[in-house]
Amino acid sequence: MKKTPSRRAAAADRRFRALLSSLRGQKGALIPLLQGAQEIYGYLPVGAMRRIARALRLSPSEVFGVATFYGQFRLKPVGRNIVTVCHGTACHVAGAERISEALGRALGVSPGETTGDGAFTLREAACLGCCSLSPVVMVNATVHGKLTAASVPGILKRYR
Amino acid sequence: MKTGRRRFTVTIGLGSCGVAAGAEGVAEAFRAEARGRGLAVAVKGTGCIGICHREVLAEVSAEGGRPVLYGDLTPARVRRIAEEHLAGGVPVGEWLLAGEGEDISSLPYFAKQRRIVLGKCGLIDPEEIGDYIGRGGYAALSSVLDGASPDDVIRAVTESGLRGRGGAGFPTGRKWRIARDAPGGEKYLICNADEGDPGAFMDRSVLESDPHAVLEGMAIAGYAVGASRGIIYVRAEYPLAVKRLGIAVRQAAARRLLGRRIMGGRFDFSVSIMHGAGAFVCGEETALIKSIQGERGMPRLRPPFPPSRGLWGRPTCINNVETLASVPWIVSRGAAAYASIGTPGSRGTKVFALAGKIARGGLVEVPMGTTLGEIIFDIGGGSATGLPVKAAQIGGPSGGCLPAALFDTPVDYESLQKSGAIMGSGGLIVLDDSSCMVDIARYFLAFTQAESCGKCTFCRIGTKRMLEILERITAGKGRMEDLDLLEELAGKIKIASLCGLGQTAPNPVLTTLRFFRGEYEAHIRDRRCPARKCKALFAYSISPGACVGCGACVRVCPTKAITGEPKKPHRLDPLQCTRCGLCVEACRFGAITAG
Repeated sequence: MKKTPSRRAAAADRRFRALLSSLRGQKGALIPLLQGAQEIYGYLPVGAMRRIARALRLSPSEVFGVATFYGQFRLKPVGRNIVTVCHGTACHVAGAERISEALGRALGVSPGETTGDGAFTLREAACLGCCSLSPVVMVNATVHGKLTAASVPGILKRYR
Repeated sequence: MKTGRRRFTVTIGLGSCGVAAGAEGVAEAFRAEARGRGLAVAVKGTGCIGICHREVLAEVSAEGGRPVLYGDLTPARVRRIAEEHLAGGVPVGEWLLAGEGEDISSLPYFAKQRRIVLGKCGLIDPEEIGDYIGRGGYAALSSVLDGASPDDVIRAVTESGLRGRGGAGFPTGRKWRIARDAPGGEKYLICNADEGDPGAFMDRSVLESDPHAVLEGMAIAGYAVGASRGIIYVRAEYPLAVKRLGIAVRQAAARRLLGRRIMGGRFDFSVSIMHGAGAFVCGEETALIKSIQGERGMPRLRPPFPPSRGLWGRPTCINNVETLASVPWIVSRGAAAYASIGTPGSRGTKVFALAGKIARGGLVEVPMGTTLGEIIFDIGGGSATGLPVKAAQIGGPSGGCLPAALFDTPVDYESLQKSGAIMGSGGLIVLDDSSCMVDIARYFLAFTQAESCGKCTFCRIGTKRMLEILERITAGKGRMEDLDLLEELAGKIKIASLCGLGQTAPNPVLTTLRFFRGEYEAHIRDRRCPARKCKALFAYSISPGACVGCGACVRVCPTKAITGEPKKPHRLDPLQCTRCGLCVEACRFGAITAG
């Protein structure tokens, strides 16, 4: 049977409840819980953060404070594909800014934003650690290296 | 030799760099070719071989023969190797890095290296504990549990002269001694794998390529300090390292090399993995502890130092990945052997991630005291672009830029400190004449400013003000007084910040001001960027003599700044041009220049 959106949401909720009860009351569980919630929902919905706060007997503001402190956490839903431009030192000197600009032009969004059709979210990373392939862009989990600004549209096309 | 029926083993480098370069496709191509041709070929994976600039790398060895190493592989090239080498018995010379009987360690890239931490990287399958044990792995832990007292271990590490490889260089043996002597029942041993410096991938490669060396180092450290619980705090952005660590922990536990009653003795040591959530400041010990406790990673005042009072208030010893991975070697070969490498103040070896405008980039390990010039020219082969090497950026956002004139500086803690840079964790980025030093300073300040946790006023606001000044200068709106202001702010941020992030954040600015002041002055006084990097300070133009009117630039220009008839020299309107550089990339005649 095909999964309808509401069935998917219910399945996500079940997973989240299981996650909460597995770590409830444990010390140091906040960050693993936020990471788990983000894995389930793709981002951190406000409701999930409130429930985490209750489970750990923390105030919602403490949970929100931690969620906004760390770069890993997203407070908005993301697109189907995540495009991450590396801005590490090696990529920077190899022209990462040109790649970023080209991606911005091709997608019509700024870093942190998602395209209107929900296909792409554009992000920037401080360093992906593939310095010998600079400049690099990661789409989902696949790294594309030794790029030029001109090669950007061709890469995006593979994910449309 | 033309046997055709020989059995081959193909070992492919499956570190992150290799995977990013397409190693999995190459592995699949080898399997498919072997199936299609009915050849007996075993395809295995290994970690980082270190020659990142030639990825994808694969070692091919015939049963009973000597291995050869291929580089720059693609699935298409695998087809020819299968035909000529695996089936025909003759290696394909074109992509060989080392042929039959050629020792890979005699390549210029390896000749000046001394691989201790990386000793097994690229040789073993990191997902197979048997490979690690087969090369002497866990023998050090076994010998320690077989009769050495914790004091013996601490004495050996102290005598080896090992210092913390995360950047600060605190003597490891002394840290262990403090943690050992701290009163309190439960103690913790934490492996700091939160490698956050841009341009650094040493720890990631070690975790991906030889995770058991880190686990063995942790167990030995745990035994020495009296900890029964180990935690690895590893960046979540390193999925492959996280995965391989998980496999390694499970395999080690299954063989009773971790867990309760290790090797049947009385020592208990378990290891758990915590995923860091992406904050550079968590590389600092007290911030890292806060993060494990589920709080915002903000450093606290020290003392008390973590070895006396750390995680959950307990004595906690925190060591970096490379430090821990050095420990099994020291225990096995002896403190004296380790201390005989390096300089009096800095013993042993250091791993560097060599990248930037370098011909042969990758992961290198050299004895302490090797000069920057030896690393950049003898190992790295100098500039990749033909432009002269201008500087080396060492130590990432906490480090500095040293000019080529100082390349005789030996890499040891004291010499680098004296130069104004720092050893740092091992990022080494080579810059050529196309790099603008003001832009590099701005780049690092933008990073530290964004990563400042906000606790100390000077770090929070001071780095912001410094960044604004640097942005002003690179935008062509700088004033000469700005340079004094930068130095003043830098000095205050250094003394008024609690942790290493703030104390070292001004280093990239201070070193570039000290060694490349002329470039700052050119930006301010002449409104000119000598490297043609800062967009506000140069313009592109088309030289009519070189332009053939092919129209390639017209097609890529996003602002329609270039016009002209086919086969006649084109014109570029500087007012429409946004300096995106696409036309320069597209022009095959070098007709577009920056001036």
